[in-house]
Amino acid sequence: MTGHDAMKKILVPIKMVLDANMRPRVKADGSGVDLSGMKLSINPFCEIAVEEAVRLKEKGLAEEVVVVSIGPAKVQDILRQAMAMGADRARLIETDQPVEPLAAAKLIRTAVAEETPDLVILGKQAVDDDCNQTGQMLAALLDWPQATFASALHVEADSVKVTREVDGGHQTLVLPLPAVVTTDLRLNEPRHCALPNIMKARKKPLDVRPVAECGVDMAAHLNVLSVRPPEARKAGRCAANVNELVGDLHAAGVI
Amino acid sequence: MPQYKAPVEDMMFLLRDVFRVEDVFAELPEQKDNDLETIGSILEEAGKFCSEVLYPLNAVGDIEGCRLENGVVRTPDGFARAWKTFSEAGWGGLSAPTDYGGQNLPRTVQILVDEMLSASNLSFGLFPGLTRGACEAIEAHATQHLKDTYLPNMISGVWTGAMALTEGNAGSDLGLLKTTAVPRPDGSWTVTGSKIFISSGDHDMAENVIHLVLARIPDAPAGTKGISLFLCPKVLVNDDGSLGARNAISVGALEHKMGIHAQPTCVMNYDGCQGWMVGEPNRGLAAMFTMMNAERLFVGVQGLGVADASGQTALAYARERLQGRVPGRSGTVPIIAHADVRRTLLSMQSFIEAARAMVVHTALEMDREKFHPDAAVRQRAGENVALLTPVIKAALTDFGFEATVAGQQVLGGHGYIREWGQEQYVRDARIAMIYEGTNGIQAQDLVMRKLMLSDGLPVRTYFAQIRQTLADAAADSHAAALAEPLRSALDLLEGVTTRLVSGDLANNDDRNAAAVDYLRLFALVSFGWMWVRMVLACAASGKALPEACVQHKRAAAIFFMQRVLPQATALTQQIGAGAGSIMALADEMF
Repeated sequence: MTGHDAMKKILVPIKMVLDANMRPRVKADGSGVDLSGMKLSINPFCEIAVEEAVRLKEKGLAEEVVVVSIGPAKVQDILRQAMAMGADRARLIETDQPVEPLAAAKLIRTAVAEETPDLVILGKQAVDDDCNQTGQMLAALLDWPQATFASALHVEADSVKVTREVDGGHQTLVLPLPAVVTTDLRLNEPRHCALPNIMKARKKPLDVRPVAECGVDMAAHLNVLSVRPPEARKAGRCAANVNELVGDLHAAGVI
Repeated sequence: MPQYKAPVEDMMFLLRDVFRVEDVFAELPEQKDNDLETIGSILEEAGKFCSEVLYPLNAVGDIEGCRLENGVVRTPDGFARAWKTFSEAGWGGLSAPTDYGGQNLPRTVQILVDEMLSASNLSFGLFPGLTRGACEAIEAHATQHLKDTYLPNMISGVWTGAMALTEGNAGSDLGLLKTTAVPRPDGSWTVTGSKIFISSGDHDMAENVIHLVLARIPDAPAGTKGISLFLCPKVLVNDDGSLGARNAISVGALEHKMGIHAQPTCVMNYDGCQGWMVGEPNRGLAAMFTMMNAERLFVGVQGLGVADASGQTALAYARERLQGRVPGRSGTVPIIAHADVRRTLLSMQSFIEAARAMVVHTALEMDREKFHPDAAVRQRAGENVALLTPVIKAALTDFGFEATVAGQQVLGGHGYIREWGQEQYVRDARIAMIYEGTNGIQAQDLVMRKLMLSDGLPVRTYFAQIRQTLADAAADSHAAALAEPLRSALDLLEGVTTRLVSGDLANNDDRNAAAVDYLRLFALVSFGWMWVRMVLACAASGKALPEACVQHKRAAAIFFMQRVLPQATALTQQIGAGAGSIMALADEMF
């Protein structure tokens, strides 16, 4: 594909999560992770998705990159960051409610319906809940082809060739456009934003609309029973000999 | 292995909760659009750059150092590439004027980025720091033609800047300098002389180095009133902006130094090179000193930055290193369980976080001085900056150096060997106490000049601000608990201030002898003030702060009041003793 018949548009849905460097703390009532006052960042897989879309645009393979996210007003921060990386504009579907993967996929579908992108690139999963579902659900809802866990992506005439990381090695798929691709860690290394681009990103268009206007059922379909931190590691002790070790392991029920 | 992570959350706590900078910037027309979100993303990205690009070069640069090969300075492997990345990302233009390609962001943001640069790689950070200083001098004093010729390429990092002041016989006393400048028929000058200790004097990272050189013109008065400032490029610039012939500037030698090995500190020879005067004849020192407050704030921040880098490694090590036992805990414990190690870590943190707050406080005054529409406000802010500049420069580098030694101590033997980087911080931090006016000179400046500035109005205002915070502290039980020790220390400080300004110590020898102790006392009270303000801000910030941060701030504040601020009593006694024991001894009896 050459410049003049580049894809018109790539849509990149992104998610804000607890920063990967922060130590998560569980809320006192065990209902979830306490995010108040914590540093929130763009999900690392989503950052890779933005980077890939921007690189395609810079190579002349796409004309426009639009990012979309779902969540509270604070989510604008990561949308601005994506625009500082090179996305052209952003959409925020604003809600203070928790968003399950199916609702997220349906909300993104409403953005797809308006934007009619040639390609949707998402992170393969978010590092908060590790659901790994939204991309797949979106592809199913749209009835578009999907390639998940992409470690390489090549745009060809009316199609994309995607190398996926699978258990046995690499698998290469060719998808007719439009299509959904989700990113794995090795797809690229996101750039450092240049200062002038951070400043320019403030002035790029950011469309905010309330979730209620999207006509998507936001009711919870998953029931969170409890959230608790991992058990602290107990102190170990030295076994006197192998027999004692085997006996202890049996007693602990692990062998 | 050690890591450096830019303290963006703590910086944002200061900007958002302690100083409410959006309200300050709202009063400054050129800065009113700077919202916290944008500043946050700038700090975030700058932090990433420093951690991921500059920090990995820090140890490499120290070991490899700069080399002089056939008259050409070679920087350590990776520095030239990092400079290119830094420049292309636009970081050199952060606070530079938009007319010349900069972003015109506030000093407050610039100085926080400077802290990250200094922490991650002090040697590297000096390149943009000096280039900015040179740019500010050119912008303030040079002709339009010089500005148009040099500023865009210096701000974009295509060229760098250097400041050539010191000579073999003219250090703290620049009035003794001997470099000469003779007029040429075309209006330019021929500059001849030799300078030492020239940071970033030459290197292979950019295609040109723009030297600002202090020199004497024919028939100039003796002393500091006969010094002029000249712009001398390493490579001459053609009328069309392209590079022409080499100017008669050469590197005589590289200094062999205790630290900042990756920074090329040069002996520079100006052998009849061509230069252009910046500012008025014989007013060169004044032109150079225009940006001296900013440069000294920058150097103070170097002490803070290196201290934080050392503190981060010390903390990470203390959490993981298993040694010894403590009552009530089973097995070998991480050394952070030991009271003495905790004391050491808190001594570092209680300095670092208060110092960062002082930096923001001072930088905001600089922004008011530069951008406020009301001339009276600008004037007052400028005087406040003048008062605090020697305190920031000397205290942050003195305490900063002490913090690097503490950070080294936490690692025991591992702090003394190279691998963990702690000994490099000790060596690197040392220079900041010396250059840009030694800390002794800073203390003299505070006691001999700044206390008397505008009949003492700035210092009285400063003390009144602290008293106001002490009154405000009653509103919050945590802050109120800090008020009494701070009030006692402030009483001591005000007492000796009066004695030095107009009382029994108001004479040259007593002031001179008291200066260093006085500056330290002044700084301790200032840090105490910042701790009360930070604890008050914790109460006011509602849910914006994580509980762990609030607990940390409150504990560190109490630690500071109980275990650091009591030094105020000893310092007051030392100052009160006067110069008698110091001056009584004849020179030859030392």
